[in-house]
Amino acid sequence: MTGPVFHPGHQELHGVTVVLETCGDQTYVGRFDSQDERGVHMHDVGVHDASVSSRSKDEFLRRCDKFGIRPEHKDLLVPADNVASIRRLVDALR
Amino acid sequence: MPYNPALVAPMREEMTRMGARELTTVPDVDAALGDQKGTMLVFVNSVCGCAAGNARPALRLALQHGVKPQQVVTVFAGQDVDATARARQYFAEYQPSSPSVALLRDGEVVHFVHRHQIEGRDPQSIASDLAAAFDRHFGATV
Repeated sequence: MTGPVFHPGHQELHGVTVVLETCGDQTYVGRFDSQDERGVHMHDVGVHDASVSSRSKDEFLRRCDKFGIRPEHKDLLVPADNVASIRRLVDALR
Repeated sequence: MPYNPALVAPMREEMTRMGARELTTVPDVDAALGDQKGTMLVFVNSVCGCAAGNARPALRLALQHGVKPQQVVTVFAGQDVDATARARQYFAEYQPSSPSVALLRDGEVVHFVHRHQIEGRDPQSIASDLAAAFDRHFGATV
């Protein structure tokens, strides 16, 4: 990853609100903490589950942008083999 | 647990220097927001050096804009815990985050800036968005 580091001494996305798409139906939105061999550590994480939600993922993200993220997990580790992509929420909305 | 008051004092002073009124207690918040008339900006302050460290200068820049809220108030998340929780009840439709900014007109939230819309952005960009929101929501009466 390139670009300015939001929190010096940490990974580039530390403290940034990101959209993490998994290899399955779940999409997570929350504050990125770190990424290691175990996976991605996040905080205050909202979840969209395409298998059960009546809202599309895009609508879920738009609502997160307007109303904020309703956290379902205070802390979450997404296993490395289930991480499809990570991007900033503001970028995901463009 | 709140930070050492001496540590956050400069962050409070940064707000009051730009004309914001601190709301540190629940009665303070109720007095300001309970029957709010006109236009108001509520800044939820934070110790986060990276996000709030850009948000406060952004607000100072935005308040130099021709159109601006009639009142500017601030609560300090993680410091004045009860006051912040009370303030958030007045914009309960929005999930709490800090720093954040709520623009109110006659008690209704007309615009909200979440932490994720502040992160990683320079003060000038944040200020520009705030000034545009001032024009859009406060322009007619200020």
